[in-house]
Amino acid sequence: MENILTQTTARPQATAPAPVTSAQPVIQLREIEKIYQTKTIETVALNRVNLTINKGEFVSIMGPSGCGKSTLLSIMGLLDEPSGGVIELDGRPVQAYSDRELAALRNQKIGFVFQSYHLINDLSVLDNVELPLLYRPGVGGKQRRERAYAALDKVGLSARTGHFPSQLSGGQRQRVAIARALAGRPEIILADEPTGNLDSVMGEEIMELLLNLNRQEGTTIVMVTHDEQQARRTQRLIRFFDGSQVS
Amino acid sequence: MLLSYLKIAWKVLLRRKFFTFISLFGISFTLMVLLVVYSLFDHFLGPHYPETRNNRMLYANFLNMRFKSGGNQNSPPSYYLLNRFVRTLKEPELISISSQFAPASAYISGKKLKLDLKYTDAPFWQLLEFNFLEGKPYTEPDVRSAAHVAVINEATARQYFGLSRGVVGKTIELDQTRYRVTGVVADVPGMRINTYADVWVPISLSTEDLQRTEFTGNHVALLLAKSPADVEQMEAEFDRMVRAIPNPDPKNIEQINFHADRMLASIVRPLTGTYNTSKGLTMFYSAISLLTLLFMLLPALNLVNVNVSRIMERSSEIGVRKAFGATSGALVRQFLVENIFLTLVGAVVGLALAWGSLQLLSNSSLVPYAQFGLNWRIFGWGLFISLGFGLLSGVYPAYKMSRLQAVQALRSANSSK
Ligand SMILES: Nc1ncnc2c1ncn2[C@@H]1O[C@H](COP(=O)(O)OP(=O)(O)OP(=O)(O)O)[C@@H](O)[C@H]1O
Ligand SMILES: [Mg+2]
Repeated sequence: MENILTQTTARPQATAPAPVTSAQPVIQLREIEKIYQTKTIETVALNRVNLTINKGEFVSIMGPSGCGKSTLLSIMGLLDEPSGGVIELDGRPVQAYSDRELAALRNQKIGFVFQSYHLINDLSVLDNVELPLLYRPGVGGKQRRERAYAALDKVGLSARTGHFPSQLSGGQRQRVAIARALAGRPEIILADEPTGNLDSVMGEEIMELLLNLNRQEGTTIVMVTHDEQQARRTQRLIRFFDGSQVS
Repeated sequence: MLLSYLKIAWKVLLRRKFFTFISLFGISFTLMVLLVVYSLFDHFLGPHYPETRNNRMLYANFLNMRFKSGGNQNSPPSYYLLNRFVRTLKEPELISISSQFAPASAYISGKKLKLDLKYTDAPFWQLLEFNFLEGKPYTEPDVRSAAHVAVINEATARQYFGLSRGVVGKTIELDQTRYRVTGVVADVPGMRINTYADVWVPISLSTEDLQRTEFTGNHVALLLAKSPADVEQMEAEFDRMVRAIPNPDPKNIEQINFHADRMLASIVRPLTGTYNTSKGLTMFYSAISLLTLLFMLLPALNLVNVNVSRIMERSSEIGVRKAFGATSGALVRQFLVENIFLTLVGAVVGLALAWGSLQLLSNSSLVPYAQFGLNWRIFGWGLFISLGFGLLSGVYPAYKMSRLQAVQALRSANSSK
């Protein structure tokens, strides 16, 4: 299983020209479509999206509500399947992976930060942060705890490890969620409006955290945001409208 | 991994007290009732003191006569019928005839003591395995000579003499008749209806006319086969013997139904009215199985329901776990462990409850001298069934949930909030 994750076959650049910092694509979307079929209507959430995310980039995605940003992120994060098109991770189409391999990819390569935190209420802060490591073979209990502490330290929450999510403020919860995404030391962090529920001060803190992560550890970050100012601080801004990329 | 599953299971247990309570109550209560009912059942029918060899025994204690007029008469058989015909059987190793127990009174310092008295022959003491605390049974010569001797149980020794030992040779007076005590036995539980009594005396002292040639009476014959395998042959011989009994009143009596049955069958036959066939047992077992099934159904459905909604409630958790790399297998395993854990906790509570209730039952004087115990085999079955339901009800929805795309699980969590 290890080999598919470290495999980095170089591929010719995809169609969409982007202001790249380094030309090593980690995620490539080709002609991605997502159509939601309900009884009454058919919603085209993503309409033939072509997009390349390069290694070490910090990309922000903006667009009006309902234009398909979350859908796009879910598909990039392998949480959902597109209705059409090809996703390539490190140059390999994910359709070629088995369920187990996909789970391993989610576990080792990607860290997700959700708009509504999605912490597990029954677990303490520490146990929540340990979660990704629980599904990683060869990581023992002691190592799990150490890494979780380190991640919590990074987000400034090492004093709250024994708390439960319900005992935290919204900002603190989002920081726990970020620590959880960090704990597995993924190459890519996908953050869906990480500051959407927070006030500007708290939002600024989270933004700093992500910027540092990108600069110091070279983590690739894709962030959905409604905040122009935040978006401008990233290396690349992608605008979406009605399921299509407009810039 | 297992440890962290258990940790989560334990936390979920503690944090969802209401859910836990309902689930546990269903499992514990069902197991408790099963155990208690079985224990009662087993006490009636199991190979217990003094009928420890009841896998080799048949009981002839019920007679049905059908009249030409269409009527029926049910009654125990008479001493005459048993002594004249049953005694002639060749297959049994031992045959014992005794009366059914009946109340008798004794007086100690002006206070009345109600005791149950049973008239028996001498083989009674060989066929059954009584535990003699002191002394010995009365013998064949005692019975033949109608000696005024008695075997008493420990409770009677204590109540009548104020002693539980050292009463052999003393005299006990019952209904104005005096008996010399030859032995003291451990108390026989009241549901051993064919052997139970407080005082046993020779059948030759019976106040009834034992020579009376009517078939109906109030006696019982116990037959002991040479081995468990010989019981069927013994039963067949018994049936042949009954067919050869001449009809005492051909003008009025159409048919005589008289069988030697194993213990359970001997109780079921009069209850189900199957005087002539062996269908009664089948009927009885079907009824018991149906009742047990119905009884298990309610907590099972409850468990299923609780489990399904519990897992739906936790769809956010499932989504998150998937997003961070849990495979479907890992999720199913997690819920498996949780359910097993929960069921085991419920089982332990049920076991404790059952033990407590049986202790209460034993100490209450509802059934004389009964000592109820837990049956581990039934506990095992109950546990197995609860585990089965727990697993089925937990794993199936968990499996369904784990098949969902992570976003779907996460989204349904959002919309349900
Ligand atoms: N499960 C679903 N079934 C049907 N339609 C859906 C489903 N999920 C999303 N959609 C539709 O797909 C479109 C894109 O949704 P998405 O959540 O990606 O938007 P978004 O850009 O993230 O919006 P917001 O900024 O409000 O979060 C919307 O029109 C939405 O109604
Ligand atoms: Mg969204």
